[in-house]
Amino acid sequence: MAETLLFNALREAVDEEMGRDETVFVLGEDVGHYGGSYKVTKGLYEKYGPLRVLDTPIAENSFTGMAVGAAMTGLRPIVEGMNMGFLLLAFNQIANNAGMLPYTSGGNYHIPMVIRGPGGVGRQLGAEHSQRLEAYFQAVPGLKIVACSTPYNAKGLLKSAIRDKNPVLFFEHVLLYNLKEDLPSDEYLVPLDKADVVRSGKDVTILTYSRMRHHVLQAVKGIEAQGFDPEVIDLISLKPIDYDTIGASIRKTHRVIIVEECMRTGGIAAEIIASINDRFFDELDAPVMRLSSQDIPTPYNGRLESLTIVQPKQIVEAVEKMMMAQV
Amino acid sequence: MVQERTLPTFQAISAKLDKQEGLRLYEDMVLGRYFEDKCAEMYYRGKMFGFVHLYNGQEAVSTGVIKSMRSDDYVCSTYRDHVHALSAGVSANAVMAELFGKETGCSKGRGGSMHMFSKEHNLLGGFAFIGEGIPVALGAAFQSRYRRDALGDTSADQVTAAFFGDGTTNNGQFFECLNMAVLWKLPILFVVENNKWAIGMAHERASSQTEIYRKASVFGMPGYEVDGMDVLAVREVAQAAVARARAGEGPTLIECLTYRFRGHSLADPDELRSQAEKDEWQARDPLVRLEAYLIEQNLADDAELKAIKKRLEAHIEDAVKFAESSPEPSPDELHRYIFAED
Repeated sequence: MAETLLFNALREAVDEEMGRDETVFVLGEDVGHYGGSYKVTKGLYEKYGPLRVLDTPIAENSFTGMAVGAAMTGLRPIVEGMNMGFLLLAFNQIANNAGMLPYTSGGNYHIPMVIRGPGGVGRQLGAEHSQRLEAYFQAVPGLKIVACSTPYNAKGLLKSAIRDKNPVLFFEHVLLYNLKEDLPSDEYLVPLDKADVVRSGKDVTILTYSRMRHHVLQAVKGIEAQGFDPEVIDLISLKPIDYDTIGASIRKTHRVIIVEECMRTGGIAAEIIASINDRFFDELDAPVMRLSSQDIPTPYNGRLESLTIVQPKQIVEAVEKMMMAQV
Repeated sequence: MVQERTLPTFQAISAKLDKQEGLRLYEDMVLGRYFEDKCAEMYYRGKMFGFVHLYNGQEAVSTGVIKSMRSDDYVCSTYRDHVHALSAGVSANAVMAELFGKETGCSKGRGGSMHMFSKEHNLLGGFAFIGEGIPVALGAAFQSRYRRDALGDTSADQVTAAFFGDGTTNNGQFFECLNMAVLWKLPILFVVENNKWAIGMAHERASSQTEIYRKASVFGMPGYEVDGMDVLAVREVAQAAVARARAGEGPTLIECLTYRFRGHSLADPDELRSQAEKDEWQARDPLVRLEAYLIEQNLADDAELKAIKKRLEAHIEDAVKFAESSPEPSPDELHRYIFAED
């Protein structure tokens, strides 16, 4: 066991996979000499050289498209989005090329690539640097979308993503890079498609992901103090969603609250609620509730920013409201 | 009609061409021409659908470039991709069946006219949006260099050709990729098929500098202007560029001055191009030109060329029969190919 910061857990994952498979390479802005904007690739340029840790010009759509071409021809690129928001510039390459091309080509090509980097609302970074692109990309066929939330799952998930044969959008959170955790010294993988039951409980299922996992866990104390026993599930995979784990929980609790950092309209919760209604409606004792960010560009002002995203107190209140409404 | 650019002169007599090579080029061009004529017929007869962009008039570019490459090199095309696919070795059956939306098509009926793919032939696509194929091609070229220089595979000397039109050269991806190709000395040919029109937008109305080959120089890349209606001229420039790329000396931009003999797509009323312009370019038909050259140089006689045409006509009739008699994709496989299969 070694205490490891989340960004170092990611670096270990990249390093181990590059050591294991010589077709794995990293490209993006400032990944080489600079070591990555959050130091996820620190030291790898020196270790693997300029082609395997490729510093690119600031040309998001072209270097993302280039990664698609490299993946089609047998390499395994890891694209670092310096900030995931910048990858809006590569929306076409991620959606039309990485996501859809395997299907459009009738299975001629598959595209084993990872697109990773920091997303989410940070501390007063302004609207453009505070994006939650998982909501925008969830409708694209052919993509897998994963959000890590702890050093342990960050490392194991990234290793699995690099080995996957499909394009994986891998979301880190800008405020979680310095989380610390003891990691196993032996190699491990975390599956991309399994939700993580973080806390077992019987009264209400709380579904969440990324940084909101930690907000929910903060709220758990307050929820317990109210006398309720929540089950907390970190979705991990945002596409496809692990409805097996969710279904098993709903059969136990019959109540669901979804806590997300993306905006309410067209968000991850919107999709999950629709699917829960399709699959588990008869199991529900109450309408599914969602706590989402406000439908606004994230404001710079600190107070307004904190009002934009969900706070732990609101989660406690939501559970209380849902539990009190029952007869 | 604007004043035509003076086509660069090329002394065809200087081309080193034996009979076998001459007929190989000729066959590829006839195949492309007849295939596209048949597509028009089938489209109007309701056998193929969607947007269908034909290549008539531009055959010298596809043949001149792709036939200067090896079968393990990579080709990346646009929405006007049938003939690039044929030159790259994809069978007429597989391309025709794709256009008919059949399971036997090269993209299993999932792609259609603008999305021809064949991994077997290193055909990277078939890209419908302007410019998006260029970065993908750049990735294939990067892969060759990566294998050679990062993995030490000395056999990794494959070259990639990216085809695109004059309209694309005003798109950012064109400039971004020229920059990166030179930066990393990638083995790639940027082949501009300047047919003067981006649907209804005349090149000189869209481009402040109409001589596209000059744009290479600001990146320190060689840029050539070539008569795109002369397969031997295209071939000569392409061969030099391929050799350069293969030797690890980096990319080349080739601007082929050419013309499409039909509208942008079969849905285009083609109202903006003047008859005088069309006539002027029709008189430069690259197929007629190669025919004349082969006969003049005693590389083939009229009867031989007629026999080739007859054979290819029958070959394309067979492709239509193959496409028509092929099965549709199974509804059970609607969701297949979304993700990679083991």
